[in-house]
Amino acid sequence: MKKFQLLFAAIIALALMASCGNAGKDKAANNKKAKTITGAGATFPYPFYNKIFKSYTKEQGILVTYGAIGSGGGVRSITDKIVDFGASDAFLNDKKLASMPAEVLHVPTCLGAVVAAYNLPGKPELKFTPELMEGVFMGKITNWNDAKIAEVNPGVTLPDMEITVVYRSDGSGTTFIFSDYMSKISKEWEEKVGKGKALKWPVGIGAKGNPGVAGTISQTEGAIGYIGSEYAFSMGIQMAQIKNQAGNYILPSTESISAAAKGEMPADTRVSLTNTDAADGYPLSSFTWLVIYKEQNYNDRSLDQATQTIKLIDWVVSADAQKETTKVHYAPLPDAAVEKAKAVLGKVTYNGKAIKL
Amino acid sequence: MNSEKIFRYLLVGSGVLMVLIAVGIVATLFVGSIPSFKEFGFGFLYSADWDPSEGRENYGALPFIIGTLLTSILALIITFPFAFSISLFLGEYFKDGVLPSFLRSVVDLLAGIPSVVYGLWGFYTLKPLVAELGLNAQGFGIFTSSVILAIMIIPYASSLGAEVISMVPGSLKEAAYSLGATRYEVVRNVIVPNAGSGIFAGYILALGRAIGETMAVTMLIGNSNEIPTGIFDLGNTMASLIANQFGEAEGLKLTALIEIGLILFVITGIVNYLGKLIMKKLSA
Repeated sequence: MKKFQLLFAAIIALALMASCGNAGKDKAANNKKAKTITGAGATFPYPFYNKIFKSYTKEQGILVTYGAIGSGGGVRSITDKIVDFGASDAFLNDKKLASMPAEVLHVPTCLGAVVAAYNLPGKPELKFTPELMEGVFMGKITNWNDAKIAEVNPGVTLPDMEITVVYRSDGSGTTFIFSDYMSKISKEWEEKVGKGKALKWPVGIGAKGNPGVAGTISQTEGAIGYIGSEYAFSMGIQMAQIKNQAGNYILPSTESISAAAKGEMPADTRVSLTNTDAADGYPLSSFTWLVIYKEQNYNDRSLDQATQTIKLIDWVVSADAQKETTKVHYAPLPDAAVEKAKAVLGKVTYNGKAIKL
Repeated sequence: MNSEKIFRYLLVGSGVLMVLIAVGIVATLFVGSIPSFKEFGFGFLYSADWDPSEGRENYGALPFIIGTLLTSILALIITFPFAFSISLFLGEYFKDGVLPSFLRSVVDLLAGIPSVVYGLWGFYTLKPLVAELGLNAQGFGIFTSSVILAIMIIPYASSLGAEVISMVPGSLKEAAYSLGATRYEVVRNVIVPNAGSGIFAGYILALGRAIGETMAVTMLIGNSNEIPTGIFDLGNTMASLIANQFGEAEGLKLTALIEIGLILFVITGIVNYLGKLIMKKLSA
């Protein structure tokens, strides 16, 4: 009798598992019409994607869903082939590219930046040089009345107040962009801290997400931290001007962020814009990318599914969608970048043949 | 098949399913942490270095194990006098009436408040207070998190205690009173020895809750991945670290986080087991 009961339970469990498995297979039958396009990844461009995917769904009658699960999750999802496209704030490096199951392509969709926000009594407008950034975030400059800060900011009264560095405790593309910049301007940073989506911080307090960092800064006098531009712009947070490579102090804005992307761009669009040499470019700017497979016939995807996916991404880089960027506080792709993006999309194939849109 | 049998199969089925799920979770954590274990071995448990930067990845769990144990045990110490008083009040002194039932509802309500709300309150009220008292510079840290945890676990620590205290046989108490014992003496010599294991069970439950708490801790602990130097220093806990870093983790870091999850699971298991052992000793 006991054996019988166990057997019965096992059969129920197996039946449950089998039915789940079958449901997945049915969906992927080969020449079916595409009903939904699924993407997942970066949280940073989510407000932009959310807005344009909604209007695309309305106009084209095909449901586009996007899960803002983080860039790492986006790359994992595309690696596991469970989404039509992944999204990431950091492009895949050569090592990561080589480890993907098939060749993937990067399509830039818009630009954002990282701003340095601070909280000081009297709300003075501050300028930062790369040397100051290094000093403050490495914990070498510990008080706001330090002579080095005063030297760059003549005429500003700086209080005798301890500097509290605030950083992102969660893994984040924002941290990646920030540390990518810091590694370029500071040898010491590169050696001791390095770059990544999360870091081993020399000083400071960790807070979760842009709202967490912004909240902690606004609650703490003498605090300084870095925040995603889309969040900082929409909340009207006070931010510092930063000296770029050309020697100009640049306030982050959608114009100065777009300007950072004016330089040369490789054909695969994988380029870091931090510490840009553009004279009017903001030095902590970055593209954000969609990541897709070059060969779209994987996991029994239908031709229509592939075509619809590429059509959507082609529309994202079109003028129609790009004009929405500034409404949600992102910077649009410069024309040269749009051209490169379209060229990348031209390389996509289904069964080795180019996809007709 | 008669209904008796169907019912029985259903019960057995759901029982087996529970076991399968629990075993499945352990197996997933175990398999997921193999790469990390291969890389770091047992050193993972006592290494204090958590460096996720590209090209120099090195992971150790010690700061988070210490952070977790420190916050939750401190929370239990802070919560003890309050929870015990509430248990006594509701279980012995005022069992019925408007005020006790109101108090009971409030305590139960504490258990129902989402932890992110505790976090917000801590962030905007408790943290500035801690900073103002001069306990540390910005108000974040182990101590602040422990205070929030202490408030969160009061219902878990007190309800079970109140229940057990109210179940102490009246005849025992009456016997003590008839011998001329005062109320305090009854509490000390009759109620506590009788209800001890039940009260203790409540604290184990509460400790388990504190160990696993994530959101409120993340918002207040300062998320510094170093071993805290004292209770007013910044720190981080295992649950908070996983919640923070999991979204963007991949490769070695991902498996290190899963191994931390496994350690958390094991620690919770050990705490529960020790709790049961002590309870057995107490009730024997």
